[in-house]
Amino acid sequence: MPRLDLIVPLALAAAACQPPPASGTSASAASVERGKRAIERVGCAACHTIQGIDWPRGRTAPQLAGVDRRGLIAGRLPARPDVLAAFVRDAPSLVPETAMPAMPLSETEAMDVAAFLLAGGD
Amino acid sequence: MLEGWPPPILDPAGPYAWPVTVLSWVLLAMAAAVLLVVFAALWLALFGGERARQRVGGTRIVWLGGIVFPLVVLTALLVYGLTLTASLSERIRGDEMRVRITGEMWWWRVAYLDGDGQPVIHDANELHIPVGEPVVLELESADVIHSFWVPRLSGKLDMIPGRRNLMRIQADEPGQFGGQCAEYCGGPHALMGFVVIAHEREAFERLMAARRAREAGPPPAGDPRGAELFASAGCAACHRIAGTDANGLAGPDLTHIGSRKTLGAGILPNNRGTLMGWIGNSQAIKPNNRMPPYTMLSAAELRAITAYLEEQR
Ligand code: HEC
Ligand code: HEC
Ligand SMILES: [Cu+2]
Repeated sequence: MPRLDLIVPLALAAAACQPPPASGTSASAASVERGKRAIERVGCAACHTIQGIDWPRGRTAPQLAGVDRRGLIAGRLPARPDVLAAFVRDAPSLVPETAMPAMPLSETEAMDVAAFLLAGGD
Repeated sequence: MLEGWPPPILDPAGPYAWPVTVLSWVLLAMAAAVLLVVFAALWLALFGGERARQRVGGTRIVWLGGIVFPLVVLTALLVYGLTLTASLSERIRGDEMRVRITGEMWWWRVAYLDGDGQPVIHDANELHIPVGEPVVLELESADVIHSFWVPRLSGKLDMIPGRRNLMRIQADEPGQFGGQCAEYCGGPHALMGFVVIAHEREAFERLMAARRAREAGPPPAGDPRGAELFASAGCAACHRIAGTDANGLAGPDLTHIGSRKTLGAGILPNNRGTLMGWIGNSQAIKPNNRMPPYTMLSAAELRAITAYLEEQR
């Protein structure tokens, strides 16, 4: 469920940037919510325990909490929203030897998923 | 879970489900009407004028409202209810398509039967049916009592060890219908789901023909390293893949796992990621299920087994 203490600052942040940058450095609450639903639909949590997702709590892959504070994705890519979106959709194309498989997300869903992860789960 | 929460009990999609829904609404409406009458009488008794209070206080009202009225209403409801749901207990003709579904802790074994009741196609956790035709299910249990329930297609029927209960289901529109074990069977009972997929007749025939051919014919090649690992990691001791040495029966048949909609008995979408995650550590997803975790497999090994299973369609 959306938490007010997250949504209000997010909404303020979203309102503050005029016009919103194409890469989306700040995400709307709606995007965060859509990202959560996409994560549930494709089942990312089968491998990751993800902050804000109650079930499942996979342990095959690193826990996804505080992705917003992490400097690098998979230890090597810059933690920018656009890079994160590309990674969650097709990790092997960015990091060929990664254990994270490509996931059935559309490009816009991937942006929403990145927004959710960067919002720190809600 | 495919159908989510709460289960879609008021959205019937076939002739063995809608009488139940109609009856629920009628019962609810009756109960609401009776509640209103009771409240009205209570209000009169407390705040009504002298005459009204006399009326609701007499023995006459007790005879009429307390005995005659319920007798008439309940009898009428019983007759109505039995007529409405008569189709549910009609005799089974015997020439319907038959499928045996066996409840296991905590998944479902599925066998499509031929005219002589012999299994011809094996599957698990998923049932394909043609639209608009009744399908008879032979419900059995391998261990404890389970209950088969696909809310949009039927009522519930228990699966009892040592017994065979028959149930008919029918879907009047193509689509996917989620199910759920409806009798507490221990451990991850809440994560024991099921999927029914209704196809147009032609598509259904094609699917069954392909599956019959697959049962008799050679398996798809698949990833050779994955095939090797499937045997050496012990998967084959619990799982069957038709036409290979894998003939284990302790877990779901994996002959068609690549085209199955879900994993873990109807609880997760089936895609490369969830399949890898399930194999790597199904215990984190469905705690206490009867498949061991495989945390010792490397990422490359997991990828190979997954690639092999994705080919099994
Ligand atoms: C098969 C299991 C699996 C699935 C399913 C999966 N991942 Fe991953 N994921 C991994 C593994 C393993 C890593 C570590 C990869 C690496 O470091 O190269 C990872 C890494 C990540 C990272 C980087 C974490 C970090 O600390 O750098 C993110 C973000 C991520 N996954 C998000 C997702 C999202 C979102 C989904 C669903 C769309 C998903 N994952 C589905 C296995 C999985
Ligand atoms: C001790 C027996 C056992 C072994 C060994 C085993 N499994 Fe399983 N497996 C099961 C059982 C039981 C289930 C059903 C779990 C449930 O849903 O409750 C299952 C479920 C599965 C499923 C999901 C099927 C579905 O329709 O939901 C897959 C895929 C699978 N196993 C693959 C594997 C692979 C790959 C291996 C080897 C690395 C393996 N299993 C080893 C018993 C086993
Ligand atoms: Cu059960």
